[in-house]
Amino acid sequence: MDLNYSTEEEAFRTEVRTWLDANLPKTISAKVLAHKHVAKEETVQWHKILAKKGWIAPAWPVEWGGTGWNATQKHIFEEECARAGTPAILPFGLAMVAPVIMKFGNEAQKRHHLPRIYNTDDWWCQGYSEPGSGSDLASLKTRAVRQGDKYIVNGQKTWTTLAQHADWIFCLVRTDPEAKKQEGISFLLIDMHTPGITVRPIITMDEAHEVNEVFFDNVEVPVENLVGEENKGWTCAKYLLGHERTGIARVGGSKRELQFVKKVAAEQQVNGKSLMEDIRFSSKVADLEIELMALEMTVLRVVSSEAAGKGPGPEASLLKVKGTEVQQRLTELALEAVGPAGLPFHRENFSTLDAGDAHDAIAATYFNYRKTSIYGGSNEIQKNIMTQMILGL
Amino acid sequence: MDFTFSDDQKQLRDAIRRYLSQEYSFEQRKKILQSESGVSPTVWSGLAELGLMSVPVPEAAGGFGGNGVDLMVVMEELGRALVVEPFFATAVMGVAFLKHGSGEAHHALLSKVVAGEAKLGVALGEAQSRYELFNVATTLKDGKLNGTKTVVLHGAESDQLIVSARASGAQRDQAGLTVVMVDAKAPGISMKSYRTIDGMRAADITFKDVAATTVLGKAGEGFALIEHVADIGTVALCGEAIGVMAVANEQTLEYLRTRQQFGKVIGAFQALQHRATEMFMQLEQAKSLTYLASVKIDSTDRAERRRAVSAAKVRVGRAIKVVGQEAIQMHGGMGMTWEMPISHYFKRMTMIDQTLGDVDHHLALFAAL
Repeated sequence: MDLNYSTEEEAFRTEVRTWLDANLPKTISAKVLAHKHVAKEETVQWHKILAKKGWIAPAWPVEWGGTGWNATQKHIFEEECARAGTPAILPFGLAMVAPVIMKFGNEAQKRHHLPRIYNTDDWWCQGYSEPGSGSDLASLKTRAVRQGDKYIVNGQKTWTTLAQHADWIFCLVRTDPEAKKQEGISFLLIDMHTPGITVRPIITMDEAHEVNEVFFDNVEVPVENLVGEENKGWTCAKYLLGHERTGIARVGGSKRELQFVKKVAAEQQVNGKSLMEDIRFSSKVADLEIELMALEMTVLRVVSSEAAGKGPGPEASLLKVKGTEVQQRLTELALEAVGPAGLPFHRENFSTLDAGDAHDAIAATYFNYRKTSIYGGSNEIQKNIMTQMILGL
Repeated sequence: MDFTFSDDQKQLRDAIRRYLSQEYSFEQRKKILQSESGVSPTVWSGLAELGLMSVPVPEAAGGFGGNGVDLMVVMEELGRALVVEPFFATAVMGVAFLKHGSGEAHHALLSKVVAGEAKLGVALGEAQSRYELFNVATTLKDGKLNGTKTVVLHGAESDQLIVSARASGAQRDQAGLTVVMVDAKAPGISMKSYRTIDGMRAADITFKDVAATTVLGKAGEGFALIEHVADIGTVALCGEAIGVMAVANEQTLEYLRTRQQFGKVIGAFQALQHRATEMFMQLEQAKSLTYLASVKIDSTDRAERRRAVSAAKVRVGRAIKVVGQEAIQMHGGMGMTWEMPISHYFKRMTMIDQTLGDVDHHLALFAAL
């Protein structure tokens, strides 16, 4: 057991840090660090810079553009990106649909989509949840009926993140309504510009437009957009769920937010002293910092066993639950730290760097982050998975 | 980074587990607990024959020269079987102090420890000190030791006592402390020995004009050594707690799989399933920081070491409360009984939290770093 970074790993960290310092546009990182909203163009710009460098898809196989980094290097890269304030890498194309296409897609699908995903030529979104199918995903009802060389899709998806920007959506659709619920589902790639698709915004409690409803009204989808076999879409869905989930702990981002909490608290005064010198508050911060340290080691334990060929397992559920608990707790402490200054709400300042102050987004982020224990399989679903797969109950 | 255990460590783990599964069943342990001394000479020599006492002893003194991870492996296995032999007092804390002595007699003593022929008691705490290692009223003046140490683990079973004493300064000064070693049978020593609630033995020991000439470390500058040894002990306790909690989780899962109510096993109820996953996650998080601390305990950078040790003790302490309390709750009325092993696991892990600094103590140390 050796839990120190090697000289080579430290050199790699320096290489990443130096490159980020030179190539991450300051106007973008300043926004990220101030919790401002990054525009679509800025996100795409950053994705393309990374793609040009060859670092956009570290987890991909080398033949498709992966970096060949080991688990520790990937962890260092994520940590350095978070520290520098890079915009989040959109997971829908690179981390979600791409692995499914690589595993189940045909040659034409691979040749067409993988390079475009790599270069962010298309913006992808995920068509899983429906109004009646949340945690019970396999109960989904969106229908795809085969007519000659196309499917006719009718139904509704919801909670579709950033669908307002999307060029493509990968969807779970029901192709056999007679089969048992997991067995009649197929995995379809649908061009968002196809007639019959309507995107309607859902405004969340922080007045943000992140998620949408997506309506399908007799949408014609060529059969060549089916991934894998018809009625075997649940296999793709399960594969995707188990793939590359260690990133969901978001350790790097949480480390950055911990520093933010400390900074905000240090600027507040209580009993004539800094809030960080208040034992009640500093104890909470210390407790959370320790939980984050533990989480980082747990992530590294899981990724190193993956690197040893054990494959991503149900441990990802642990990382999701503990990771989101830490993320939420950080937003909670930031909100507690800022006190009454958390009340003013200037939504219009969120997209402009030079308007408002650093406190503007704290309350909004707290409210927004309640989503983390709900999305991606709610934390209760994660506990069901662990119950079955790890505890064997 | 590498999270794997070496082949030597795996063999050590297997050997201890095999030995204890044969010689240390719950029934055998019960008999030892109820015996006069509360420990077993047979088991103690068995552990010595396995080479456990040599693990932390430097190679120059005939030991194995093991590192923090080696010690964690041993402690985890001892924790799994709830071993009450004085390994922690003698081989962990005692040996960590003894490494800082010198001379022939000293070497001979370490050899006896390795052979299982000498036991050591470490007397740091006093009635007023709680977890403050520098809060020492026991004095060392003109080579004479005076004062009372409390809850000295296995004090009455020890051959030598290692004692923190104040050579100068005020009661809570970090400066002015000296660590001395005295023969446990020396004139002027009186003891009140008792059982602890988790099945160990401990003693309150009073020193009255006890001649003390063997100094460990630097006279008058003992605090850094005391703090370092306490850190070694703290990490060892975390390792033990990992073993104790692992078995508590295993036993609880087994109970959930077999106990039937309302016509099905109680493990089929989601109200219990989700809490059982929390017990699992708590253990994994505690394990992660225990691994980290077991590596960092060998660091020469004090701040790095202290940070990892206190973080581990906090995280382990948090896990202990969840795992212990839930294990009892899920065992229902049976969990309350002395007869069921789970209650003994609960008591041991709870007392680990109360030894060498609890969650609040280490949280404060961590925050102040």
